[in-house]
Amino acid sequence: MASATRIIRGAYRDSIALMRLSAAIAELPGVEQASLVMATPANLDLLREAGLLEGAVDARPSDVLIAVRGKGDKALAAAFDAAERGLAESAAAATGGGAPGAIAPRSAEMALAAAPRSNLALVSVPGEYAAAEATKALRLGLHVMLFSDNVPLADEIALKALARERGLLVMGPDCGTAIVNGVPLGFANVVRRGAIGCIGASGTGLQQVTCLIDRAGQGVSHAIGTGGRDLAAEVGGATTLAALAMLGADPATRVIVLVSKPPAPGVARTVLAAARVAGKPVVACFVGAEARAAPERNVHHAPTLADAARVAAALAAGRKPATSARWRAPARLPRTAAGQRYVRALYSGGTFAYEASHLLGALLGEVRSNAPVRKELALADPWASVGHTVVDLGADEFTRGRAHPMIDHRLRNERLVREAADPEVAVLLFDVVLGHGSHADPALAIAPALRAARAAAAKRRQPLALVGFVCGTAGDPQGLERQTCALAEAGVILGASNAEAVRIAAAIARGAAAGVAASTRGARKRPPRKASAARRAATRKGGKR
Amino acid sequence: MSSLIDRELAVVNVGLDAFADAVAAAGAPVVRVQWSPPADGDPEAVAALARLVADPAVEAANRTAFAAYLEAEPVLEGIALAREAIPGMTERTILHSGPPVAWKDMAGPMQGAVIGAALLEGWAADEAGARALAGRGEIRFAPCHHHDAVGPMAGIVCPSMPVWVVRNARHGNRAYSTLNEGLGKVLRYGANSPEVLDRLRWMADKLAPALAAGLARTGPIELKPLIGRALHMGDEMHNRNVAATGLLLKRLVAGVLRSAIPAHEAAAALEFVVGNDFFFLNPGMAACKCMLDAARGVPGSSMVTTMARNGVEFGIRVSGTGDAWFTAPAPVVDGLFFSGFTRADAARDIGDSAITETAGLGGFAMAAAPAIVQFVGGTPELALANTLEMRHVTVGRNPAFTIPQLGFAGTPAGIDVRKVVDTGIRPVINTGIAHRAPGVGQVGAGLTRAPAACFAKALVALARAA
Repeated sequence: MASATRIIRGAYRDSIALMRLSAAIAELPGVEQASLVMATPANLDLLREAGLLEGAVDARPSDVLIAVRGKGDKALAAAFDAAERGLAESAAAATGGGAPGAIAPRSAEMALAAAPRSNLALVSVPGEYAAAEATKALRLGLHVMLFSDNVPLADEIALKALARERGLLVMGPDCGTAIVNGVPLGFANVVRRGAIGCIGASGTGLQQVTCLIDRAGQGVSHAIGTGGRDLAAEVGGATTLAALAMLGADPATRVIVLVSKPPAPGVARTVLAAARVAGKPVVACFVGAEARAAPERNVHHAPTLADAARVAAALAAGRKPATSARWRAPARLPRTAAGQRYVRALYSGGTFAYEASHLLGALLGEVRSNAPVRKELALADPWASVGHTVVDLGADEFTRGRAHPMIDHRLRNERLVREAADPEVAVLLFDVVLGHGSHADPALAIAPALRAARAAAAKRRQPLALVGFVCGTAGDPQGLERQTCALAEAGVILGASNAEAVRIAAAIARGAAAGVAASTRGARKRPPRKASAARRAATRKGGKR
Repeated sequence: MSSLIDRELAVVNVGLDAFADAVAAAGAPVVRVQWSPPADGDPEAVAALARLVADPAVEAANRTAFAAYLEAEPVLEGIALAREAIPGMTERTILHSGPPVAWKDMAGPMQGAVIGAALLEGWAADEAGARALAGRGEIRFAPCHHHDAVGPMAGIVCPSMPVWVVRNARHGNRAYSTLNEGLGKVLRYGANSPEVLDRLRWMADKLAPALAAGLARTGPIELKPLIGRALHMGDEMHNRNVAATGLLLKRLVAGVLRSAIPAHEAAAALEFVVGNDFFFLNPGMAACKCMLDAARGVPGSSMVTTMARNGVEFGIRVSGTGDAWFTAPAPVVDGLFFSGFTRADAARDIGDSAITETAGLGGFAMAAAPAIVQFVGGTPELALANTLEMRHVTVGRNPAFTIPQLGFAGTPAGIDVRKVVDTGIRPVINTGIAHRAPGVGQVGAGLTRAPAACFAKALVALARAA
């Protein structure tokens, strides 16, 4: 096995383009592994860890480094040629033809000169450059959606202060999704337009709420992402408050939904005070926090994302929302064998993982996670599950040098099969997220892993329950119907929402624990437990989506 | 905030292209920035850029600096001896092109020219003596730019040389340049043989007095209108000065003939000018220097006032950072080589002549000179594209220098260091290529780009000063 590297100077490409090209090169005959990266110090370290690179290289962050391992020089040479051809093709596509001297804009300022009516910059450059690009955009008078993560907290505070000074909105950093005037930004679903305005510090939380609103026959006016830290004490809810004011004044918005993990207590007070005077009903869903049954003035508290969508849809339709939703387990739950006890949940959406940790904890007791609701429930090793486990595969430890699990299913697929090898596992629980930015056909991508997981359990004559849900709409590029059908065919029991999928999983696990092979009893929702101050403090630090 | 939701969303996408696809699929307008890390990802430059882009103080300073450059009125006033005209020109001073450089570090052509100057001045009897003199530190070297002067290639100016005097009638500052020697074996390419020195002596003794006498009779010549006309006649004022030389000659010829200069000397002087298509390069450069010096020293301004190379380093100076040079290794020019020469023969980029590009001429005005592409290796489309591209890195356009092919639009002028760093578009320069060995002369011509590092360094300094 031989390996070699090549440097292409000054050939910046975005990470998705490079990952696509890497995957294509890795498929070539005789190539075992191929990686195209921008030669940043962090990326070079990753290549060294992967054994694809040895020693120092003379490369700058604006150079592309091609690292290939394969059988013999011929295969390597072919891989390099293909990589360079691929890079050249993407360059040709980017520059295009057109009139002489008509060049693609190289900066936001140039773009604005070419299109003076632009009003928003969608920034998704690597984290170390993100704050600078966002600052420039704000100075140029553009609102900003900052998709990039790894932006220092101090930069976030400075950006939001600058935005406030200029009367502009900064969504993010680490803002995964938004919908403005029907236009999807980042990882967003195609939802009907309507009267419900959404504000979310969590990307998948916003995606879940907007999708469920769509499915309930209502629509979304705007969905504003704020970034996961917006409701931390240091940031003080700057974007959330600005968005509340904006949607409060927006005639197209009749109901507002607010979604986040539990905010810092002081920030929660400020935000709820603003919500009370928003002039329209506000549904607040602080995922994992204490839920209040009774609405306070015009603020309705929803314990789960699904509840938030249900309540908002009812309000938008002019109906009084039901105070609590009764949930009944399906009449027939799958069998489990003796010794099968545990739920293993593998999520691509951070907020889904967090909500699942919280709900499963209430239903099953101790649940471990790499993004736990309480510190003491942290997994010692995020790569190894213990008892009931919820894993957020979108967390940093899993995404370093890899595409997000909503795009690349390989890591989760491997983990699904690994979990299935554990004879104590009764249920595999997972999310499937559709919409722009996500994998083009996630059901197809995950199917082989589900078959392999089932086969592994069958080998020792155990059944294995597969439970999931699809976060998506009929309008999404992947097609909700097509995805749900394919998953059902693969034997997945589908909940309508994360909360429902969690309850199904818990019901199966509890049935297994009670020694009931086929349960017909409904697993009723437990009354929410009172959250202690300590617990709230712990959850606040739960990290990004 | 209403500007976000009260009207149709129009997006500038900076980063992942897939996100722009989703926006376009939803029917919203989206412009895709072809982004790469500014300044090769240098964190200090990235931060400086974020601080200075669209900064109102910088914008205001640039308006001031650019206005001064536009208002300047360079006038060809006369010819004088360097020792008498150039401020600070002491008896043992030799001026050279580009940023400061020590004798031992000078490029081959520059050392050759220094030797020639020492012989011309009679400071040494031979090459060895001249080298020893320079080695002992007995010659004071300084950049032309530190003495209001500019010189092509090695840019050597020594005390007994005649120089053009160009005065800015609007602001009063002056700029100086030597008289152009022609092509082939000439001092500015490092040649120092007796024929080279003899020609220089003849230029001082005969040519300069004849032209000075002619100019005295003609009266001062306004150079901006002359340059403007030359652009319409296919010059770009750096690698093509055919038209401008003709226009200058047209203004001078009657004056020279009517002066007291003996007829045969007048004829020889006029013949020399007729035989040298580059004759206007030097006074043109002085005109550029004169206009740009008017824009110097505006606090906060990110406008470039100097680009110059000494054959080792490329240096720029910026209005808002005073006299500081920001340098990077000078590039080797890509171009066409005369028969018998290759890239291996080429010296690194050298000369103050990039002052033309700094002033919105040369490579920036290439669209005006489609004929130049034969000389520098390119196509007329490339000439047009280069001028249009420079619009993205400049403060404005110069209405005195218009380009018929572009609907008489002014040439892009006033390089903005912020825009160069933000876009990664480096200023284009049309230039001649010197042989790396002294005295061989020009071996080709071509296009080059100013090194990006100069601009990143200047930007960081500007942000520190802000």
